[in-house]
Amino acid sequence: MIAKTTNQKAWFFVLPVVLLVAFNAIIPLMTVVNYSVQETFGDNVFFWEGVGWFEQVLHSERFHDALLRQLAFSFIILAIEVPLGIAIALAMPRKGPWVSVCLVLMALPLLIPWNVVGAMWNIFALPDIGLLGKAINGLGIDYNFTRQPIAAWFTTVLMDVWHWTSLVVLLCYAGLCSIPDAYYQAAKIDGARGWAIFRYIQLPKLKRVLTIAILLRFMDSFMIYTEPFVLTGGGPGNATTFLSIDLVKIALGQFDLGPAAAMSLIYFLIVLLLCWIFYTLMMRGEEQ
Amino acid sequence: MSEIVLKDLRHSYVPAPKDDADWALKQVDVRWSDGGAYALLGPSGCGKTTLLNIISGLLTPTEGQVFFGTRDVTHEPPEQRNIAQVFQFPVVYDTMTVYDNLAFPLRNRGVPAADVDAQVRQIAEMLDLEDGLFKRAAGLTADGKQKISLGRGLVRSDVNVIMFDEPLTVIDPHLKWQLRSKLKELHHEVGSTMIYVTHDQTEALTFADQVVVMYEGTVVQIGTPVELFERPKHTFVGHFIGSPGMNVLPCQLEGGVPQVGGQPVPLGNGPVEAPAGARLELGVRPEFVTFADEGLPVQVVKVSDAGRHSIVETRLAGNRVMLLVREGESLPSESARLSFDPAHTQVYADGWMIA
Repeated sequence: MIAKTTNQKAWFFVLPVVLLVAFNAIIPLMTVVNYSVQETFGDNVFFWEGVGWFEQVLHSERFHDALLRQLAFSFIILAIEVPLGIAIALAMPRKGPWVSVCLVLMALPLLIPWNVVGAMWNIFALPDIGLLGKAINGLGIDYNFTRQPIAAWFTTVLMDVWHWTSLVVLLCYAGLCSIPDAYYQAAKIDGARGWAIFRYIQLPKLKRVLTIAILLRFMDSFMIYTEPFVLTGGGPGNATTFLSIDLVKIALGQFDLGPAAAMSLIYFLIVLLLCWIFYTLMMRGEEQ
Repeated sequence: MSEIVLKDLRHSYVPAPKDDADWALKQVDVRWSDGGAYALLGPSGCGKTTLLNIISGLLTPTEGQVFFGTRDVTHEPPEQRNIAQVFQFPVVYDTMTVYDNLAFPLRNRGVPAADVDAQVRQIAEMLDLEDGLFKRAAGLTADGKQKISLGRGLVRSDVNVIMFDEPLTVIDPHLKWQLRSKLKELHHEVGSTMIYVTHDQTEALTFADQVVVMYEGTVVQIGTPVELFERPKHTFVGHFIGSPGMNVLPCQLEGGVPQVGGQPVPLGNGPVEAPAGARLELGVRPEFVTFADEGLPVQVVKVSDAGRHSIVETRLAGNRVMLLVREGESLPSESARLSFDPAHTQVYADGWMIA
């Protein structure tokens, strides 16, 4: 055995990172933890509250509703964006001058700031002057996203699909481009056609990028704030009040720091849990 | 199953080919009989894979036709040609089991389940894939995966031709040997026409009845391993096959007798007539060169021991001449004389054999 040399000076090299992480993650998180177990009436005076806020949040109907809306929203946009993204990626050319045109067009929505996306769609969907809103009403369908919950959901989902499907497309396109030609040639010779090629070659080879795409889209959609805030402000009523919008209402609107802190921790744990479940499910059978 | 005829085949990857260099295949005209084992041998970039892909239908030739028997298949896609092809790198359908992988080409063609099962099991047995037949193919090693690729190529009993595109590149040397013998065995059992592409002469010579040597987009010689060895029709074949390759020496003709460095070299077959202005060369394999009391004067430059024999490098009028000397025979130290076996000495004009 060779004796390992121990040099405690190595810690100094790690120190900058430790400080950085401490200041931008651990200390803010601990502040939240701190708020979540205390009650304050201002003036920086705090009282111990224990797990009271957690109990209150977990039993509150308002939280349940927001969570349900949030899950429904994430589910709907994943159900639309993932198949649509794969389909668009499959339809994109692999060679020739159109590749760059397609890639730029696809990347465009991703480059627009979130609040601008919200503002754009707000104006676009206005029933009296917006192109989309006016067109839908022109078809004889009564549509007003500021008054009808269904119209508000429809607009929010459409906006998210417009904004984020590109991400799925680009990831899938990269995945498709990395499949060696020999696979397609072998499939041709084996007599496989359309669906069989997709099912047995393309989809299995896309597994990893799809896992990443779904995880990214899930996390982003689960934390969505800016776009619906600008578009609908969480309305009409509470129809599009997702978790983060509700959280900001409680924390900054009502200044209920304790419940807001408890809620953000619960929120954080839910995201963590769901990501872990997703990842485990999709990577199952990978290690053999 | 049928004969394969390639007629006036030319192919270019450039849309409007102008000069010779634009053609990946310059001119190929061959006829391969049903049930033969052929090897396509040549260095990288000589057009082997292009030719193979034209036969399989993955490429449509720029000019010329491909016939399976009397049927013109030039413009038919691969799935209609009823052929099988195994690629250089293993292609395995990751999500399927070994069994499903082997069954895939059959199922795609609507073969009844009972027949699929029988054929898959037969092939699995031939390739020793029975253990873990129902395991996922993704977890296998490279040679296991390549066995599956081979199996998918062999599983259909009615194919016109099975093509192998350097299938053993990724396989370990000792397994290479095993799989190659296996393929040869399978050729006897299955009886389909097989075309095997390789740049490895040992692979080609051990696998095939007939070796097709390609060089810069043309077929330079088709023959049995012995023909290629003893009567190479082109200096390239002489170089490429054999280790060390054939000695090629520039020569002149005087009265029909080739001269190297001013010395006449006797030939087996009579006086030679060469086309005027051609570049003349003399070719003789190291195996047919011996030290002699009389003959061409040379300087011994280097001796390397290759086990059963020594490879001796000599210099003859500024040209390198290699010869093989069996173990135990005495070697001259500096100056010596060489004699070439007249029956195995050829004369080449512009690379092509004339005598």
